[in-house]
Amino acid sequence: MMTESQPMAAPSAVMERQKRAKFRRNMFYLALIVVGLVAPFLAYPVFLMKVLCFALFACAFNLLLGYAGLLSFGHAAFLATGGYVTGYLLASYPGLTPELGIIAGTVMATLLGVLFGVLSIRRQGIYFAMVTLAIAQLVYFMFVQAPFTGGEDGLHGVPRGELFGFISLSSNLAMYYFVFAIFIFGFALIQRTVHSPFGQVLKAIRENEPRAVSLGYNADAYKLVAFVISAGLAGLAGSTKTVVFQLASLTDAHWHMSGEVILMTLLGGVGTLLGPLMGAGIVVSLQHILAQSPLGNWVSVILGIIFVFCVLSFRSGIVGELDKMYRKNFK
Amino acid sequence: MTMIFGVPLAVFMGQLTLGLVNGAFYALLSLGLAVIFGLLKIVNFAHGAQYMLGAFAALLGFRYLGINYWLALLLVPLVVGAFGVLLERFLLRRIAHLDHLYGLLLTFGLALIFEGTLVNFFGVSGARYATPEILQGGLNLGFMFLPTYRAWVLVAALAMCLFTWFMIERTRLGAYLRAGTENSQLMQAFGVNVPLLITLTYGFGVALAAFAGVLAAPLYPVSPTMGSSLLIVVFAVVVIGGMGSILGAIITGLAMGIIEGLTKVYYPEASNTVIFFVMIVVLMLRPVGLFGKEA
Repeated sequence: MMTESQPMAAPSAVMERQKRAKFRRNMFYLALIVVGLVAPFLAYPVFLMKVLCFALFACAFNLLLGYAGLLSFGHAAFLATGGYVTGYLLASYPGLTPELGIIAGTVMATLLGVLFGVLSIRRQGIYFAMVTLAIAQLVYFMFVQAPFTGGEDGLHGVPRGELFGFISLSSNLAMYYFVFAIFIFGFALIQRTVHSPFGQVLKAIRENEPRAVSLGYNADAYKLVAFVISAGLAGLAGSTKTVVFQLASLTDAHWHMSGEVILMTLLGGVGTLLGPLMGAGIVVSLQHILAQSPLGNWVSVILGIIFVFCVLSFRSGIVGELDKMYRKNFK
Repeated sequence: MTMIFGVPLAVFMGQLTLGLVNGAFYALLSLGLAVIFGLLKIVNFAHGAQYMLGAFAALLGFRYLGINYWLALLLVPLVVGAFGVLLERFLLRRIAHLDHLYGLLLTFGLALIFEGTLVNFFGVSGARYATPEILQGGLNLGFMFLPTYRAWVLVAALAMCLFTWFMIERTRLGAYLRAGTENSQLMQAFGVNVPLLITLTYGFGVALAAFAGVLAAPLYPVSPTMGSSLLIVVFAVVVIGGMGSILGAIITGLAMGIIEGLTKVYYPEASNTVIFFVMIVVLMLRPVGLFGKEA
């Protein structure tokens, strides 16, 4: 805290420090972008696209859990809605360009988010988790029965099409850069949301809701907006994933998927911006590696063990722990 | 033939019985969740898996040890309950001081482990567990045919619910439990061993789930995934009823079973979603749940 007796130079020193911190952060993001641009030449692009889609999904989920303190157990519903709507539109209307399909999927997921949000923020904490899980299960059953989802088979052969009508996405490299751009957009949106005044109020509500309410903030409205942004971005991830893999299936709507995104976020670090990216990378790699090993059938057991381990003794996640170490040793 | 809203009486009554039996399971499971939630403040996500473990324990006990149904009904809840005691003592207690969402996440991880392990050994297709001889067949009531085993499940589940209600509302141990639910720190100050009480409560809740599992074994295919989909419905039931009262959990469970059964008669397409719709309506009209007590 600043006091009257401190010299006038102090504010500018603080500003100087903040400026430097911001500069370092920007350089870090720039380095990450460079890594992202070079990555498809070093690793298999399809694998990287899968990581990016799930990373965006996890980042969207983390906006809700990490910054609003709401544990949603139903985010699979948004991923699947985005995927199915985009998949259905692109498969049925050949003239439609992929970006329009993705926008349509995202909009539908956002609208579903409004519905979910209005209902679920009426309850808090544990009940919130149960309500979101139950509504997501309702959505799951609807997808099983709806005529346009292909039921148990799902949608196959969704065309990737031509971006803006003239850039063919059939090559994995072109597709990768499109996915990368979408990820950057989603990540930047979350970054801006978290560091905006809106994000600050969200954190205040997370820390002490009655107090935030007594200060005049409409806590429910803030939570709802956070929920809708999170749902929309989860839908964006699902839509993009459908274009990449050219299919949409019930796996994305199943509650296992809602659990997986929680694990990604928890493992990487709840409430850190980069945690979900890292968590998604690790979980997707793990699934990839295990699928080819003799342990292939044990994936869900191993994920369960990691879950238990994280909750018992690794609650800050990888990025959270690294951050702690950095603060301890370099500051 | 007598018709009820265009449906033959026998069909109507048959679906009503099916619904009541399902409702009895909802009641037993949501009761267990409510008991655990009352003292530990966590939602036991492994409840479905523990129900499934109960059914499997009965199946494997019969196959390899020759334990019959009646013995299983007594032994399995004790064994699975003891397993629950270990889980509480060595895992849940370590995170008891944290945000209760961590308890939910931990039990979710446990559920994945149990389910995944059994899927590897037994696959996802269910196994059959023979109905005990004395409960085979059924009664012809004139207007409908009542399978004896379903009638027995209904009686046994309701008896267990009433027993739980009696234990909690009318005994000294139950009084401790209720007091601990209100204010466990004060209880501890009065010299009650609260950690032991918590461990036993969790064990009891798990035993209830296992008891339901044994009851369900002759009725449904015994498969590793039998618990998880049921649990989500039970969560919706819990949201509808609120976890505040024991009788509330029982009544809501039975009522939801009946509603589901009747939906199967009149609009089968919605039979597996109707409870979720009821939940949405309740959330809009009375967000704390029908029997909820919180502000």
